[in-house]
Amino acid sequence: MPILTYRDALNDALREEMERDPDVFLMGEEVAEYDGAYKVSRGLLEEFGDKRIVDTPITELGFTGIGVGAAMAGLRPVIEFMTFNFALLAIDQIVNSAAKISYMSGGQFRIPIVFRGPSGAALQLGSQHSQAFDSWYANVPGLKVVAPATPADAKGLLKSSIRDNNPVVFLEGEMLYNTKGEVPDGDHLVPIGRADIKREGSDVTIVCYAKTLAPALKAADTLASDSGISAEVIDLRTIRPLDTEALVASVRKTNRCVIVEEGWPFSGIGAQLVDTIQREAFDHLDAPLLRVTGADVPMPYNKKLERAAKPTPQKVIEAVKQVTYST
Amino acid sequence: MTQVHVDVGLDPARTDFYRRLLRQMLLIRRFEEKAGEAYAMGQIGGFCHLYVGQEAVAVGAMAALRDDDYITSSYREHGHALARGMPARVVMAELFGKATGCSKGKGGSMHLFDAGRNFFGGHGIVGGQIPIAAGAAFAVKYRGGDQVSLCFFGEAAVNIGSFHETLNMASLWTLPVIFLVENNRYGMGTALERASAIDDIGVRASSYGMTSEVVDGMDVLATYEATMRAIARGRRDKAPTLLDVNTYRFVGHSMSDASHGTYRTLEEVEENKKNDPIGKFCSQLLDGEILDHEEVENLDTEVIGEVEDAVAFAESSPDPDPENLFADVYHD
Repeated sequence: MPILTYRDALNDALREEMERDPDVFLMGEEVAEYDGAYKVSRGLLEEFGDKRIVDTPITELGFTGIGVGAAMAGLRPVIEFMTFNFALLAIDQIVNSAAKISYMSGGQFRIPIVFRGPSGAALQLGSQHSQAFDSWYANVPGLKVVAPATPADAKGLLKSSIRDNNPVVFLEGEMLYNTKGEVPDGDHLVPIGRADIKREGSDVTIVCYAKTLAPALKAADTLASDSGISAEVIDLRTIRPLDTEALVASVRKTNRCVIVEEGWPFSGIGAQLVDTIQREAFDHLDAPLLRVTGADVPMPYNKKLERAAKPTPQKVIEAVKQVTYST
Repeated sequence: MTQVHVDVGLDPARTDFYRRLLRQMLLIRRFEEKAGEAYAMGQIGGFCHLYVGQEAVAVGAMAALRDDDYITSSYREHGHALARGMPARVVMAELFGKATGCSKGKGGSMHLFDAGRNFFGGHGIVGGQIPIAAGAAFAVKYRGGDQVSLCFFGEAAVNIGSFHETLNMASLWTLPVIFLVENNRYGMGTALERASAIDDIGVRASSYGMTSEVVDGMDVLATYEATMRAIARGRRDKAPTLLDVNTYRFVGHSMSDASHGTYRTLEEVEENKKNDPIGKFCSQLLDGEILDHEEVENLDTEVIGEVEDAVAFAESSPDPDPENLFADVYHD
């Protein structure tokens, strides 16, 4: 299997889906002549031309609405946000139009659109460029929310998202673009709504997605070698619809659970998972569920402070030791 | 309806066309009167924004469109839906929240949709429909078609960001959109000049290099002709146009708003009613001996019957099945 970066895996997914379906187009800031702010769309302008790789002015609300209208008229837009931090300016169109038009019209219209771009923090970008709004989107019926952690999942899920007949919020990460991994050849599709066990274990379940897979796996390695704790790492891959079955099966097996997420703690994704797990696996739990989250502050600039505000392997290890009572 | 004598030459060869315009305006007027009554009786809930006084805008503009063109509108869209040819039955049933409504009772007064007629909906957030209309035009251009996308919104929307963002892109990318401003002079209770530093809306179009035109929206034929010119620019040059269509709402902003009192006087409303678009067009047709009194009366009787049938249909229709609460959120 070829080794690809997460960036190139996304690029392959876009290229393959655009070759497959002439109704697919990519629109956003700097996607064409600049080759993408993070080079995800590198080479696509040359291959598909400016009709299908469309540079926009800096006007998130406007081009998001144009995407929704184009989707209503039967096209399959991929809307790139340079980062999801800027999608706040477009959230009216994402929530009030993309997510609702099917329902409000009694199912007459479908909105096959993908909103994609990096989400959450990179390095020292400060408060306004380092936010994870995963739970905001996941709160909205009518949206699907996908957050792949590996190049293979990034490719397979982006292809599935482009083929999906619903609006999909597709969360990537600046810190993921350069990561490498094996990506299956050919028409590799990963279904939306399926979690993946990235490491099997028996003593505790660590739930993660996107950027938090790395600290979760690192913590699991350290726990195994230093403390003899066998952690199962389950990567949600899709936040909505949630793979409740896989999640609950893992917790029923390990009886303990730590959830790792990048966003703020209050009303975060982990809060929803805790609700689900306590209802579905109450009798199987041997310890309270714990969450490792981003700190409840706007992201600071200083490197040390920023690190203190992010989920780290050490924070995951400490939480696992608490739920396994092995301090 | 007050009759005003206007001396405009009408072409007897177009009698059927004029009759259709008059009939549609009458239908919207009678429909809205009935909707107001049904609201007062509690048969229609939520917000309900009536179109009384503005009928010539929807009817004149819509008459200029082809069946394969696109329409997007605001929450004051009953008139647009009817003028596009949506049956009064399914529109009234939607207002009543019934399963037989165009949106199966899930949309309501503000969210009328008809995919088969390219009616891209009633949108409840001011200005939200403006980029959506440009998106339909983007799809037209993408596919090499010659349709246009007609977007209705009120003059209060010209101060919101989505208006400016969309006008810029529509002009930059030469998208075949017609931005039709229904300038009824009040955004809810705030007069245009109290909300806009520049109250000549055409200036906003020209600042994006876009052609604009001021239109008498109380004159159905003037509205039709202006829309035809805008459509020609759209089909031929793929160029957008802004139409500043001057009109007046004879009723309150919504059912909870009196027609006059706080922000406009009874005298002002009465003065504008002298310019009733339906009465004015009737007079033209009678004076031009295009239609006689009996024909006008017959048309009115006909649409009253159609509206009564729509109400009976809505009343006798079932509520949506509770099992359908979760349907239509997602598609397979």
